[in-house]
Amino acid sequence: MSDVASAVLRLALGCLVLAMGFALLIAVVALAGAVAALVGSFGLLSLRSFFQRVHAPTLASTVGTWSIALATALQQSLVRDQVFVHALLVPAFVAVTAPITTIFLMRAATFRRRVAGEDAPPPLG
Amino acid sequence: VRRLLPAPVLSVALFAVWLSLSPTVDAAAVLLGALVAVVAPALTAPLRPTPVHVRRPLVAARLLGRVILDSLRSNVAVSTAVSSRRALRSGFVRVPLDVRDPNALAVLAMIVTATPGTAWAELAHDRSALLLHVLSLEDGPGLVATIKQRYERPLMEIFE
Repeated sequence: MSDVASAVLRLALGCLVLAMGFALLIAVVALAGAVAALVGSFGLLSLRSFFQRVHAPTLASTVGTWSIALATALQQSLVRDQVFVHALLVPAFVAVTAPITTIFLMRAATFRRRVAGEDAPPPLG
Repeated sequence: VRRLLPAPVLSVALFAVWLSLSPTVDAAAVLLGALVAVVAPALTAPLRPTPVHVRRPLVAARLLGRVILDSLRSNVAVSTAVSSRRALRSGFVRVPLDVRDPNALAVLAMIVTATPGTAWAELAHDRSALLLHVLSLEDGPGLVATIKQRYERPLMEIFE
């Protein structure tokens, strides 16, 4: 009887450790994304010129988005006990749409600088 | 089949996205997904001026892995550059291009944007060169060589 009890106890403990390990992993992944987004926002505030600032939000749209989507997919897969991949579509759509805004902003900034006669690269032709 | 599915890759992608977004995978979802996969590419055909030819799925998979790794590395580099208080040497770089396919160039724009530290500024009218802004410019010619070798060459293999 005590053998059975101790076996059950050990199994329960094992499950608990495993669940905690997964929870910890998911938390670390989600936090990594949050840190990337925070550093990106900080860069947006602290960098000096427009052309430098345009790089900062990329941290949020890459690792920030990827990590939080991955954490969501892992956590929901565990909770629902089935593969849950909706969240991973978010980084894919962000990757497709992000260049549009970047290119628009960069072209507008380059154009304004050239018109104002400020330091800008010559047109490519 | 050609006439029904003018863009097979797009149709397959739409079908997969539709199924993964539907709460349950049943006959109704499959039927609706198939309808979307057939109708949407036909309706949006005028938006794709040049037909998309995608070959070499292995090269594409390797390129995706490469881009994810490079992006992770650039994320770390840009994070440290932003956090440290020393002045950054930013600048523009002109990348001469060999690739001409607009679809390949669109993917190159995605890659450049997904790699923190490089931003797409301008494309020459004849697509012969690309202007990039680089946050921390240490080795301009090296960066150009890396972009051409790592990204442009596989893109030409896939799309041209």
